Amino acid sequence: MKVVIQKGHIIDPSQGIDGIGDVLIEDGKIKEIKIQNTEVRNKKSEIRSQKSNPPLPPFSKGGHGGIKDSELRTINAEGMFVIPGLIDMHVHLREPGFEYKETIKTGTAAAIRGGFTTVCCMPNTFPINDNASVTEFIIRKSLDGLCTVLPIGAITKVQEGKELVEMGTMKDEGCIAFSDDGLPVMNSLIMRRALEYSKAFGLPIISHCEDLTLSEDGVMNEGLLSITLGLRGIPAESEQIMVFRDILLAELTGGKLHIAHVSTKGSVKLIRNAKTRGLNVTAETCPHYFSLTEDAVKNYDTNAKVNPPLRTKKDIEAIKEGLKDGTIDVIATDHAPHHRDEKLKEFDLAPSGISGLETALGLSLKLVDEGVLTINQLAEKMSLNPARILGLLTPHLSSLITGPKGTLAVGSDADITILDTEKEVNVEASKFLSKGKNTPFDGWVLKGAPLITISKGRIHECQ
Amino acid sequence: MLDNKDLLGIKELSVENINLILDTAAGFKDVLGRDIKKVPTLRGKTAVNLFFEPSTRTRTSFELAAKRLSTDVINFSVPTSSVVKGESLIDTALTVQALGADFIIIRHSSAGVPHLLAKKLRASVINAGDGTNEHPTQALLDAFTIREKKGRIEGLDIALVGDIIHSRVAKSNIYGLTKLGAKVRLIGPPTLIPREMEGIGIVVFHSIEEGLKDVDVVMMLRIQMERQGKGFFPSTEEYSKNWGLTLERLSLAKDDAIVMHPGPMNRGIEISSEIADGPRSVILEQVTNGLAVRMAVMYLLAGVKR
Repeated sequence: MKVVIQKGHIIDPSQGIDGIGDVLIEDGKIKEIKIQNTEVRNKKSEIRSQKSNPPLPPFSKGGHGGIKDSELRTINAEGMFVIPGLIDMHVHLREPGFEYKETIKTGTAAAIRGGFTTVCCMPNTFPINDNASVTEFIIRKSLDGLCTVLPIGAITKVQEGKELVEMGTMKDEGCIAFSDDGLPVMNSLIMRRALEYSKAFGLPIISHCEDLTLSEDGVMNEGLLSITLGLRGIPAESEQIMVFRDILLAELTGGKLHIAHVSTKGSVKLIRNAKTRGLNVTAETCPHYFSLTEDAVKNYDTNAKVNPPLRTKKDIEAIKEGLKDGTIDVIATDHAPHHRDEKLKEFDLAPSGISGLETALGLSLKLVDEGVLTINQLAEKMSLNPARILGLLTPHLSSLITGPKGTLAVGSDADITILDTEKEVNVEASKFLSKGKNTPFDGWVLKGAPLITISKGRIHECQ
Repeated sequence: MLDNKDLLGIKELSVENINLILDTAAGFKDVLGRDIKKVPTLRGKTAVNLFFEPSTRTRTSFELAAKRLSTDVINFSVPTSSVVKGESLIDTALTVQALGADFIIIRHSSAGVPHLLAKKLRASVINAGDGTNEHPTQALLDAFTIREKKGRIEGLDIALVGDIIHSRVAKSNIYGLTKLGAKVRLIGPPTLIPREMEGIGIVVFHSIEEGLKDVDVVMMLRIQMERQGKGFFPSTEEYSKNWGLTLERLSLAKDDAIVMHPGPMNRGIEISSEIADGPRSVILEQVTNGLAVRMAVMYLLAGVKR
């Protein structure tokens, strides 16, 4: 099966491609890319463009001449952007154990609709992904899913923060990172060991930075609003203390640290400083941290309850600045689907989390619209950088994860997102493909949406 | 007429609505002073006390207020309810409404519960205390008492002493008294006073001696014993020594200053018995006024058009 995507605006930061052209896909891999020399903007692609003259010559070996129509599918991408398939390095797929919230099947369907071709699922399932057999189960289940699923293993057994998991064995089974996510490793010695030991396998430690003793039973950002609402607050310092601790431990150990869902101005500052000092630290934020302030919980809307909590305007500004200057490498969703009944509860008792896969791209494109990011930077934050951090740019050892991903380089997985930056979409939570309809963005109008998501050569319409 | 079918908090009330409730309560207070204390005003209506937290005084006050208005009252409290069987809050409230409740008076340990129910129910939801958010009828009865004793609220210096951060009574009073034009001071250890409040025109004192100087009203708050040893204050003895109200300290206030307490009191800890039982104390009058205010609230909510 061959697919040609014609006349799209191809963006591939990994090769410096930024121009109108065609992409040829064959057997689930990128076969060839042709770029017109007009509209070419940067050096790398200029060299490339000199080789190809408009109108585009047919693809190699006689072009499509020898292919029957039934075997060739043509996609007209005129006026659209064609970018490497989005990679979400922070999702909760809930399977095994919480299938009433989400399954690998529904979660990957939501991912595809949101423009994602790869999702990395956190280990807080039941049983917890803290051993190779759970990893194996997730990988096996994911073969029914629409996109690639890469499991993130727990750092410690039962996420208790006491004993390291068998990282090597879990890597062999398909884990691409380790994180205790919502139950951060409070013991600094264990965190140190995790950062040290994981070096043997080259996999990152993803840290949900939260000093649980300082957060106590907090349910929203601490400030005048939390006092006014009578809700217990989580101070920004609760995140920042652990960001700083983990940066120091990364410095001590030389380990590979990735900081999850950055939500505060102070964290951005600490990470920027760490990067300036050349430390091996990367960071992500989520669309809700640059789209909403704590005001979203004003009417005790549990759909806006998330951990870390929504912060303030100045935090949003700092996060945007961090995205712009490269301090924050990645936009991830922290997709956290919950059942309606769980969210329809006392604010204190409702679980934290936002179902984010189906709104992430639209919310992030707003940053492009506002001039915070270029479309190239967006492709970096949502595809190339996650691939780089997780080591997906080279073919993976595990037979199940092929790759490379995050790039349109010839020979890579044909993971492609075709998006229309002008299309307006009404967010309708009730129509989410995810089982989790828990979103504070219900009713929003987002400008820009994925039209077609191609996962390993399989074409999916996003509507 | 009140603007909303529910009484969720003082935050949500306009000054006009607050004054309407206080004026209406004055009428009901007259009724309570009569030989026959019951009026047929809300005959045929049903009120349900839906209490998820233990309470005797507030529940009893609402119960009696409803009875004085000839409203039928049902008490629905946690240990006897289906909540222990795992029923959700919403289901419990919908069940109570299906029984024909016109007023659902709710107390819950989580902030925002009355707001959640108000959206789901046709019945009037009356907040009888939600977590550390608000306790609006307490603030209304406090305002009523101050107005009755002092003739006005505007311009008065009013000190709230104690555990502000965890006190829904304090929160509601801060909103209410500032809306009515009083100058509010907060007194207590820094661990129990939210720093953010200084930003909204309130003066904070950590020394009770400085804070009580020349105030018109001293409102003491109950110190919850369970806060002890959790880092808020080391011991009740130390608390009492630094922030307990004694005659000596009260003498710093204006000569005609009144002393209030929402109850139940910890005698000898936040307030000395001489003061609690003394001539400046209006603590028992607060209880009586609570009835009148709660009658007024139910009466006015019944008249709100839906």
